[in-house]
Amino acid sequence: MCLGIPGKIVEIYQQGGLKMGKIDFGGAIREACLESVPEAEIGQYALVHAGFVITLLSEEEARETLQLLSEISALDEEENL
Amino acid sequence: MSDINLPFRDHHLIQGIVRQIQRTVSKPWVLMEICGGQTHAILRYGIDQVLPPEIELVHGPGCPVCVTPLEQIDKALAIASQKDVIFTSFGDMLRVPGSSDDLFSIRARGGDVRVVYSPIDAVQIARENPDKQVVFFAIGFETTAPANAAAILQAQAQNLGNFSLLVSQVRVPPAMHTILSSPSNRVQGFLAAGHVCTVMGYWEYEPIAEKYQVPIVVTGFEPADILLGILKTVELLENGKAEVYNAYPRAVQREGNQPAQRMIDQVFMPVDRNWRGIGLIPLSGWGLREAYKKFDAEHRFQVGHIQTHESPLCIAGEILQGVKKPHQCSAFGTQCTPEHPLGAPMVSAEGACSAFYRYSRIIRS
Ligand code: SF4
Repeated sequence: MCLGIPGKIVEIYQQGGLKMGKIDFGGAIREACLESVPEAEIGQYALVHAGFVITLLSEEEARETLQLLSEISALDEEENL
Repeated sequence: MSDINLPFRDHHLIQGIVRQIQRTVSKPWVLMEICGGQTHAILRYGIDQVLPPEIELVHGPGCPVCVTPLEQIDKALAIASQKDVIFTSFGDMLRVPGSSDDLFSIRARGGDVRVVYSPIDAVQIARENPDKQVVFFAIGFETTAPANAAAILQAQAQNLGNFSLLVSQVRVPPAMHTILSSPSNRVQGFLAAGHVCTVMGYWEYEPIAEKYQVPIVVTGFEPADILLGILKTVELLENGKAEVYNAYPRAVQREGNQPAQRMIDQVFMPVDRNWRGIGLIPLSGWGLREAYKKFDAEHRFQVGHIQTHESPLCIAGEILQGVKKPHQCSAFGTQCTPEHPLGAPMVSAEGACSAFYRYSRIIRS
């Protein structure tokens, strides 16, 4: 249940007093509440849980973690040479 | 598909990190992943089977469906059976056994029980059905609390007199205290649940790491994320460091999501909660604040005296605290299966028993 699903914000609007948006999950579009991410912009990645965006995902941090992971893997290859 | 998480499933990276874990570990360590979503990912990707034998993963209490106390389920059943009630819930709750029934059978007998994807959908149902009472079963950890708070704030703004929550909201840090202070505790390091930390941050874990001298690593959900969490925990353990490390920075910041925390704080206040199988944990949950009590289903409906009855075979409490593994339960895979569950951990998509069953970690004697 705590499996937040990442998707891209494709639309932002107000509805029933809440900031809402449409999120694209690899082709499937669903509505989610954006109340906790006032800075959200179209095109950003959002993590959605129970129809509610719990955070925006940082593409820069994702790249940095991937860099760290590749360095760890490369360590391994150096030793195998 | 452009998915930010996709690179974290890369086979090459995964193998490299597994080898780094092998090189780092020098003695046996017991790690607990708190979140049931991670338990399922670990078993689905076979992470438990590629780790060096020194590392034992035990599965934590982070299964919201599993820890929702029996008396709340029995109250849900009592409310859902009433006339003119639309009872809404996440799908997983429908098959969780109460003392003598489940929500599925209430529905089969004509009760209006509906599965929703979000509490905000339940508010919509309330708007569309002004002549019915609409109740949402608000279970879950910190991750679900902002959505539940948003539903209440919306119901308040729209003056909906026919919407209420049956609240069973729980929090992770008090459960970690319970696990770590138990005499039967074996856990030496934690993978903290990434999405709970997305909302709450990880500053709350720093005093826990300090007090019990355990490393705590904020961990994501993809295979490379989980392996990085394990690697960092093992590194900290091997170096004798009891620190908090964030291995999921693309989703988590130390302070968490502050607007979400403000919404939670506006609607909810800390209360004692019973955890199914574990018992009462002081201030381990959230209940509605006085100003929002009118949205509390327990106040709106008279559910009478609830006498609970748990299956005597089920050892869910020990499973949820990482003391025993599902296959050590005498009912596992025999009297208790996903089709005929005796306990909640066999029902939930985050329960350890259902994960062991589904991914065939069945060790029959
Ligand atoms: S296998 Fe079934 S009866 Fe045994 S602990 Fe798990 S849920 Fe309970």
